[in-house]
Amino acid sequence: MSRELLFHQAINEAIDLCMAKDPSVYIMGLGVPDPKGVFGSTLGLQQKYGDQRVMDMPASENAMTGVAIGSALVGMRPVITHQRIDFALLAMEQIVNQAANWHYMFGGQVRVPLVVRMIIGRGWGQGPQHAQSLQAWFAHVPGLKVVMPTTPYDAKGLLISSVEDDNPVIFLEHRWLYNIKADVTEGVYRVPIGKSRIVREGDDVTIVGTSLMTIEALRAAEMLMLESATAEVIDIRTLRPLDNALILESVRKTGRLIVADTGWKSVGFSSEVVARVAEEAFRDLKSPPIRVALPDCPVPTSPALSKHYYPRSIHILIAAREMLGLAGDGHVPESNFSVPLDVPDMSFTGPF
Amino acid sequence: MDAETLKYFYYQMLRIRRVEERIAALYPEQEMRCPVHLCIGQEAVAVGVCASLNNMDYVLSNHRSHGHYLAKGGDLKAMIAELYGKATGCCRGKGGSMHLIDLGTGFLGAAPIVGSTIAIALGAALASVMRGEDRVTVAFLGDGATEEGVFHESLNFAVLKNLPIVFVCENNMYSVYSPLAVRQPDSREIFELAKGHGMESHQGDGNTVTEVYEIAERSVSKARRGDGPTFLEFRTYRWREHCGPYYDNNLGYRPESEFMEWKNRCPVDLMRNRLLAENGLSYQDFEEMEHQLEVELEEAIVYAKMSLFPESQFLMDHVYAPSNLCEDSVS
Repeated sequence: MSRELLFHQAINEAIDLCMAKDPSVYIMGLGVPDPKGVFGSTLGLQQKYGDQRVMDMPASENAMTGVAIGSALVGMRPVITHQRIDFALLAMEQIVNQAANWHYMFGGQVRVPLVVRMIIGRGWGQGPQHAQSLQAWFAHVPGLKVVMPTTPYDAKGLLISSVEDDNPVIFLEHRWLYNIKADVTEGVYRVPIGKSRIVREGDDVTIVGTSLMTIEALRAAEMLMLESATAEVIDIRTLRPLDNALILESVRKTGRLIVADTGWKSVGFSSEVVARVAEEAFRDLKSPPIRVALPDCPVPTSPALSKHYYPRSIHILIAAREMLGLAGDGHVPESNFSVPLDVPDMSFTGPF
Repeated sequence: MDAETLKYFYYQMLRIRRVEERIAALYPEQEMRCPVHLCIGQEAVAVGVCASLNNMDYVLSNHRSHGHYLAKGGDLKAMIAELYGKATGCCRGKGGSMHLIDLGTGFLGAAPIVGSTIAIALGAALASVMRGEDRVTVAFLGDGATEEGVFHESLNFAVLKNLPIVFVCENNMYSVYSPLAVRQPDSREIFELAKGHGMESHQGDGNTVTEVYEIAERSVSKARRGDGPTFLEFRTYRWREHCGPYYDNNLGYRPESEFMEWKNRCPVDLMRNRLLAENGLSYQDFEEMEHQLEVELEEAIVYAKMSLFPESQFLMDHVYAPSNLCEDSVS
């Protein structure tokens, strides 16, 4: 059975099911049990599981990550949540030096089954320290797994897989996906970590998307159809370990690659995908790959500047036109500019 | 304390001393190819604290962890083999001196990022509470660690949750070459920091093993009763260089007189003198102990040297723990 759920409801249901199933699962984070419940994703859980398994915490991101690691070493399965990925940077020491390394550096004797949920903000003036998209930092580190779901279905299935995984998993949720509603199957199911998904089949160009950019890629594919070309859209879902095989197979078919990422272009995740394709499928490429990603400047605050900061479906479309030699008649679909660009949808009225 | 206990303390300290001295002697052969932070001069803290714990209890430690590992019951052969980078080492050659572990004895791990394992120890203590276990966790740290943010974050949380943990600070007064005086205000003692967090805190002589034991034992019992965390500061002294086998007083970062003062209060000799004077041990007893240690140590060195290095295909093992759901397709 399935029914429609919002993205944050799917997250909430995944945690709920994991906690019901396994008493070693506990969650913590600043504001986890508060009246807003991390944008709804943890609402009601403390009432159900008590304040020992659903904990608020001191504003001590680094030590609390160490606490999560220490408890995981002896068999607990903590899920720690940061309302912004930017706050989690205070915990980089524990995440990179400790969580990622313990299994390896102790010769496989200990495990760190830890999930770190981080929310990527955007718009409404979140600015330089509430809206960075730092997935490449984490995806750089062996020992971490990095997951970025796009749909509510995948959010639930991947979160269950992450909680059950015996490794530290960085689970990145884009704030703009929170109000997306889609079919979600009831009960426990798993979406495998390390597997990307073809969300739309096509023949002329492969568009690899991360998180929110997958939705922009789908919009671009829709527009491209009007110009008689088809795009194959891949929702990457897991950044590490990366599903090389699926990407390569698609590029070998289409001969063209666009990578649309929510992060910065330079030394970013999009660069990694392009590099792998260049190394392993260079002869299959009919045109140079294109990265559609953030320009190399910090996140601006003013809506006037944000408008020029975030690439959208139109930018992906323009990249595809360039590759395919389509004139496009300079036509820009109206929808790209008719809605405000600093809110995910019209129901969003701020402040964060 | 009875003579048997005192003799046990002495033997444990002497064992650590002889192990560290042998590492120092062999290090110039350049076969142990990892940094070593020897704890000669600080043995009493490791032995006194670990004697107050049982096998179930957890210990986490830092870069200078040989003494803690051995005092908690860590396997000597596996430790020496680890220093030699061998597949038989306690981390199978992937950790080295700075990453000792012996799960069978509750030595949960050591890591050399200053202050980092304090928080990890806290997590182990939290897990014990969540599961209703009877365990106590000890976090060993140095004076430098008390300057880290994670130290203060950890003390705050330990008090907040009344966790069964004992923070043991070995204050040897130097962070590499930087003395306390350039790092912390003269007007405030380290153990007073913990009081600021609302934690019971004590200071003791880290070169007198019986004093260390008595203070540690009270704190461990208190934690086991569910009466919360304690911070302990033990003043002690590292004889050799921060990292490596040699003495380095020639560098001039600490006065020779200070070194001699501490050396004259050698924790091993203090105990030996007491055993001779008050407990009727003879020189022959000490010789037997030395002989026994020599045999054990020689065996461990031979074991380590004879052991094989890890095979090259072992390089990519243990990046991830196996999981049915995950196929690592990273090339």
